[in-house]
Amino acid sequence: MFKLVKRLTSVVAMFAVLFTFTTETMAAKKSKTLKNTQKKGFVRCGVSQGLPGFSNADAAGNWTGVDVDVCRAVAAAVLGDASKVKFTPLSAKERFTALTSNEIDILSRNTTWTLSRDADIGLTFVGVNFYDGQGFMVRKNSGISSVNDFKAGVSACTNLGTTTELNMRDFFNSKGIKYEPVTFEKADEVVAAYDAGRCDTYTTDKSGLAAQRIKLSNPDDHMVLPETISKEPLGPVVRQGDSVWEDIVRWSLNTMIEAEEYGVTSANADSMKTSDNPAVKRLVGAEGELGAALGLDNEWSLRIIKQVGNYGESYKRNIADTGILPDRGPNQLWTKGGILYVPPAR
Amino acid sequence: MENRGITFGYGFLSQESSFDVQFSLIEYDGSHSYFRAYLVGLLNTILVSVIGIIFATIIGVVVGIARLSSNYLIERTAAIYVEFFRNIPLLLQIFFWYFAALRALPLPEKAEPMFGVFFLTIKGFFVPAFVWNNLDIFIYSVIAAIISIVFVRLYAKKKQENRGIQTPVLSISIGLLIILPLLSFLLGGVSASIEIPVIEQLSQTSFTYKGGLKLPPELISLALALSLYTATFIAECVRAGVQGVSKGQKEAAASIGLTPNQVLKLVVMPQALRIIIPPTTNQYLNLTKNSSLAAAIAYPDLVLVFAGTALMQTGRAIEIVSITMLTYLTLSITISIFMNWYNKKIAIKEK
Repeated sequence: MFKLVKRLTSVVAMFAVLFTFTTETMAAKKSKTLKNTQKKGFVRCGVSQGLPGFSNADAAGNWTGVDVDVCRAVAAAVLGDASKVKFTPLSAKERFTALTSNEIDILSRNTTWTLSRDADIGLTFVGVNFYDGQGFMVRKNSGISSVNDFKAGVSACTNLGTTTELNMRDFFNSKGIKYEPVTFEKADEVVAAYDAGRCDTYTTDKSGLAAQRIKLSNPDDHMVLPETISKEPLGPVVRQGDSVWEDIVRWSLNTMIEAEEYGVTSANADSMKTSDNPAVKRLVGAEGELGAALGLDNEWSLRIIKQVGNYGESYKRNIADTGILPDRGPNQLWTKGGILYVPPAR
Repeated sequence: MENRGITFGYGFLSQESSFDVQFSLIEYDGSHSYFRAYLVGLLNTILVSVIGIIFATIIGVVVGIARLSSNYLIERTAAIYVEFFRNIPLLLQIFFWYFAALRALPLPEKAEPMFGVFFLTIKGFFVPAFVWNNLDIFIYSVIAAIISIVFVRLYAKKKQENRGIQTPVLSISIGLLIILPLLSFLLGGVSASIEIPVIEQLSQTSFTYKGGLKLPPELISLALALSLYTATFIAECVRAGVQGVSKGQKEAAASIGLTPNQVLKLVVMPQALRIIIPPTTNQYLNLTKNSSLAAAIAYPDLVLVFAGTALMQTGRAIEIVSITMLTYLTLSITISIFMNWYNKKIAIKEK
């Protein structure tokens, strides 16, 4: 009798092991990145070296920003805890190599989505979490009030290895202005050189200009020109060739945006389980089996909303309340005059 | 690499680069190829290395000899300089010279002219430039002069070995170097005029200079930092070399009636150079490689232009890093081959 119980338990245990093994391998078989992330217990996320509002570390080493929140959302979905993220600060120059060489699993670092980056160098862009455009910052007393006031010989400070360098050339060439590009590897040095008067203008994405302006010695002496000279859709990037991981990151971001659309916030997410709207119920995991398709449980999206919040909360916390860009501009929901429009989660 | 979706190939080198560089020795803009951008970076690296090596050698020799001075004040000053500059990391020194100098330098409109034509400003050092007509003919004439000097020297050496007659090689060389380029002015249609930088207003508060030659502040501070840093090591090499010549040599030379200058020139230096050259070669190599720190302060050297911007725009990390490594290797080997040749030349020749 005792022997039989022992044998039975071992059989049950064996099945249990086999079962967990198979459920694990279902997702894991499809995605090496997902498997490794679950094994390690944290999401490896590449961020900037300090861009307030997007990814910035405070004195205690806590990272905040809208780019950081994308990684936190993935951690909440995959590991159940938004704090289980290991952030790697990367320069513009290092970022893609870090991703393709397996140092990080998500690159969420105000990176512009372009065809050559998406197609040519082993990367896949999963979406847009900030619609931006390149602008110019000048000294208020310079009398320059529009990009048309620039004259030949103007010197422009910017970051090395960015689309900014290319747009700048296109822009000045189209105006027939000979300019002097001064490119630094780190943003802090760009700010320091512009501040010292080395350059007449500082050019980068407008969100970046707004964020970096705070670091100048007299922020009020400087202003961003009204014109936008390029499209800069910024979004998270993953390695090519792991479509399950790609889907997880894409839908983690989409969940945040869709949650805002349906008015689901970190505060009311639990109570939304009993909503009358099936779309809302799907979003908080009370209906449908959407998680399984991604190799996750059904509460994945609920955890994102509860732990990180919806896109609007993230924007308000990181960008609006910090005074960087109080006006959401194009980064408003399509229902409210912006261009944030994500495919439905169903 | 295939697994990660990375393609490999050097074909991108002929594609249009579509980015600009602030300072270039050859004509370049974004419509040129990536290969041209590579050349721009390479030439800028060579430029700052050559400037650095020349100044580091001059400062190093002066300071090295100053350290041997019997004057307490000079000896101490040189020692403090050496200990101070060689014990601070180079990158910090580069940042110091760049940002400290940037803040200290005047804005273009406030710059006081030096000798009326040089303007040292935050946007660069503006100097008068020559505007050439038929510059290529002038360059050929200089090359021709150099080649003929080499032949004259070989001939003079042979003459001395065979017949024991000395030729005034130096005055002939200088003569050739003046006469041939002068002929190019008189007969070759070469002419040059001097262009002086003129201030120009860009907006209500910003100015720059137009015309003349512009040396960017990045180049100046990088060359300054590299020379001051490397000079400390060269100074120590020089000191070691001079001290390595035994005292008896000097005393013996003095006892046969040589003047102190002759002692230094004919007895001490030839022996000291044998000790100085090999470690100094290392310092030249270090300086060349250290010039890659330029990327930190926006001087468009090989690392910034090619392994920086070009790498980012193409995403071809493996190709570009391999080319960059090979380039530095070639540069370093060229320098050490030259220095080894020079070392052999001054080594003891046992017959």
